[in-house]
Amino acid sequence: MNHAAQVIPQAVDYIRFLPEIVLSIFGMAIMVVDPLLDEKRNQRTLGAIALIGSLAALASTLVEAQYPGLAFWNMIEVDAFSIFFHFVIIAVTAVVILTSYEYMEVQEIHAGEYYGLILFGAVGMCLMSAAMELVLVFIALEISSISTYILAGFRRRAAISSESSIKYFLLGSFATAFFLYGVALMFGATGSTSIQDIGNVLRSVQVPALAYIGVALMFVGLGFKVAAAPFHVWTPDVYEGAPAPVVGFMSTAPKAAAFAVLLRIMFEAQAPGRIWLIWVVAALSMTIGNLGALVQQNVKRLLAYSSIAHAGYMLVAIAALPSNGIPAVMFYIASYAAMNVGAFAVVSHLARAGERYVSVDDYSGLGARSPMLAATLTVFLLSLIGIPVTAGFFAKFYVFSAALQANLVGLVIIGVINSAVASYYYLRVIVVMYMRDAREAVPISPVPTALGVALAISVVATIYLGVLPGRVLDYAARTSAAWLH
Amino acid sequence: MNTGLDSWILTLVTFIPLAGAVLLFAFPRRDRDIRGFALVVSLLDFVLSLHLPVHLQRGLPGFQYEVNHLWISNPSIHYHIGADGISAWLVVLTTFLTPLCVLISWDSIRNRVKEFFILLLILETALIGVFVSLDLFQFYFFWEGTLIPMALLIGIYGHGRRVYAAVKFFLYTMIASMFMLAAILWLYAKTGTFDFSAIQTAIHSGQVPNFAAAAPWLFLGFFVAFAVKVPLFPVHTWLPDAHVEAPTAGSVLLAGVLLKMGTYGMLRFNLGLFPEQSRANAWWIAILALIGIIYGALVAMVQPNMKKLIAYSSISHLGFVVLGIFSFTQMGLDGATFIMLAHGVSTGALFMLAGVIFERRHTYEISEFGGLATPMPTYAALFSFIVLSSIGLPLLNGFIGEFLVLSGAFQDRAIYGILGATGVIWSACYLLWMYQRVFFGKVNHSVNENLPDLSGREHAALWPPAVMALLMGVAPLIWLNAIDPASRTALAPFAQMISKVVVR
Repeated sequence: MNHAAQVIPQAVDYIRFLPEIVLSIFGMAIMVVDPLLDEKRNQRTLGAIALIGSLAALASTLVEAQYPGLAFWNMIEVDAFSIFFHFVIIAVTAVVILTSYEYMEVQEIHAGEYYGLILFGAVGMCLMSAAMELVLVFIALEISSISTYILAGFRRRAAISSESSIKYFLLGSFATAFFLYGVALMFGATGSTSIQDIGNVLRSVQVPALAYIGVALMFVGLGFKVAAAPFHVWTPDVYEGAPAPVVGFMSTAPKAAAFAVLLRIMFEAQAPGRIWLIWVVAALSMTIGNLGALVQQNVKRLLAYSSIAHAGYMLVAIAALPSNGIPAVMFYIASYAAMNVGAFAVVSHLARAGERYVSVDDYSGLGARSPMLAATLTVFLLSLIGIPVTAGFFAKFYVFSAALQANLVGLVIIGVINSAVASYYYLRVIVVMYMRDAREAVPISPVPTALGVALAISVVATIYLGVLPGRVLDYAARTSAAWLH
Repeated sequence: MNTGLDSWILTLVTFIPLAGAVLLFAFPRRDRDIRGFALVVSLLDFVLSLHLPVHLQRGLPGFQYEVNHLWISNPSIHYHIGADGISAWLVVLTTFLTPLCVLISWDSIRNRVKEFFILLLILETALIGVFVSLDLFQFYFFWEGTLIPMALLIGIYGHGRRVYAAVKFFLYTMIASMFMLAAILWLYAKTGTFDFSAIQTAIHSGQVPNFAAAAPWLFLGFFVAFAVKVPLFPVHTWLPDAHVEAPTAGSVLLAGVLLKMGTYGMLRFNLGLFPEQSRANAWWIAILALIGIIYGALVAMVQPNMKKLIAYSSISHLGFVVLGIFSFTQMGLDGATFIMLAHGVSTGALFMLAGVIFERRHTYEISEFGGLATPMPTYAALFSFIVLSSIGLPLLNGFIGEFLVLSGAFQDRAIYGILGATGVIWSACYLLWMYQRVFFGKVNHSVNENLPDLSGREHAALWPPAVMALLMGVAPLIWLNAIDPASRTALAPFAQMISKVVVR
């Protein structure tokens, strides 16, 4: 497809953009309908619209998958890679919407634009995974970031939530500025902002020094989004303050999108200076994340540090050879999304009004008082540790074997030691749930249907990826093979 | 004969308990039905597992009942199971002990009954899976799979310091097995397969690049994971805690089967994949095993707690197994395998016996008892029988294995045999002394005067191991016939090594 020949977008361009269009339409519908509804019906109706929207987007992803190729003057590309990320992001969105249903009622938050923002955030993230143009990546990044900044502050009455929102906003804008600066330098170095063209230039001529700086700056911006050390400092505070379902959302979907961009820049554009940079950041993230999590009493903070560590594991695979590294990262992202969204669904159910019960000790005796809920959380925690039969096991396994095949023995050793350390703090939560006596003061209500569905989806996904990882991995391997010819 | 069943039997035996556990999930919380169902499932599995040794082709080397299907294409992981004489009998040991565990937990587990039996059955599947896996990855999968149910059994249903014991158990074994995973991954990265036989062939024919440099580390990677499980002397400290705090059924499976995962792993993987490294490292391993035998026995002697005493006796007995394996003699290997089975039966029974008295008195302190033979004559008789079998009285099961191991050790190096033989004496000391303090003399605590003797269910749980102890003692050939060809295969590379040396 040639730019000059095609001035007006054709129908197929819109089809290749269909999930984003669907999500935007439903998001705007929510904004329009919101003022028309009374307070009581508001919450459930808007949630239902959002849920239908995300399911429709999922369906349109399947439609879009039938028409692979470039669209809108080569700015977005629909390939197996972007379909994969669309699927993960939209599935996470649907599960988060199901989780929010009960949460919003219990917290007595006026739903309003909450569901709309989640859909808009998903639009930005989907676009990030499909964008082939760095400027478009930046715009998509902003769309997703601004939505999550607002979502983080949605517990308006809680000061900690506003703090989280402001902190996220300030540091986030700082990081996006870095990213934009990197894009500008890359343009200076190669004369283009298209990922394909940059790749061609970098392959053909000697790599200009400016390109190294450009990659490093873009990496800083994306490192912030995936919460990799040393750009992680915002994570614990923001996760602690933000509403629990939102944390489930922003610890998985934007992470997936940012990794998609990172993979495109690193591999499709063949950015230079990959290994050493990522080696250091991966080692730091794993170590800081796991050591930080060891001393946490608050479950949300604990999971925040754990998410830093998991970003580190994913970066290990990016440091590896592309042929094994790309599928490993993609598999890890899907697994992490399944288990982490599930874990936060449990956390948001147990938090109760005002998120009062979010400390590890509040989970004492959960195994006796609510066996199913405890068993579900146990599955997610075991998966986060990386125990067989769960997704986390194969995720870690693929990452470490990819790294070993690239002879990154040092990084693997650091990673393995880290996983051993990590088992301790996840285990502590399991121990508290099953082996301590219940604290009567902590109320536990029955699990409503919507949350039950969300949990069931997450558990099934976690176990499925842990027992039959073959199909997803093969799919991921095919995409990377297509990239590398 | 019966070829249709032959190809299915291992899969069935492995997964029937898991299927039972899944069905239990759906059961209503009527404790009687749950116990009954768990008993039926485990008995069914036991009966089916008998097919393995019965139809095993005794003369053939290698694995039988093999099934090999692609499970995951990339990396190429296979569902590859098979059994030889050694693993077939270890599977039967597992299925033999599980119904007894169900029986012995019938009354002692009152809270969260459903979860208990679900965990027990999942544990059984994982244990059997460990013994029949011929794909290294699958082996690791099941190996780690035993960890969670066991840790939960200890942590939820155990006694006083159960949480501490469960976490200690979990962390010890988890961290150690990370090293094994690293070694497995290295092997996969260099050979492109997880298949045990394929890797073995590749190593023996020298097709693995950089193998010579990496082999010492790979050997250690596997060995550390197994040594913690056995447990070998310096890394044994989790065992007494885990045993003392575990519920009876947990102790039975822990001592009866879980520890054997370690020795089985050494036999299968350390010897099978790294024969030269095994030879080179045998001296210090044998010394650690001897320290384990003697140290375990001495510490057992001074234990005031009956269960802790039995736990330390396990360390001592498993020392024999390791000594036998690393003697690289036919007798030593046969004996080591036989002790694994015999120890499973006898020590499993000892833990059940300890559990019986705990249920009545809620203590394991030896000083709380005395003269129990008067109120509980049948119990005392069974206890003495099992104690004698554990000591290694001729005509009972303990004797055969210890005799074989010691003669193997003598062949290897006389001093090993001499030192090891003292272990037999020690075990007589601590077990008989304990027996004397608990059962003989006058009843010196009035609470003990009217203790009820064994109930019907306890009879049902305790007679099978007693009968088995006698049978294994008088007709050991039933077992050794199957074990011998398997250990001959395991030793084949060592015979080649020796002949190489001789030719030079």
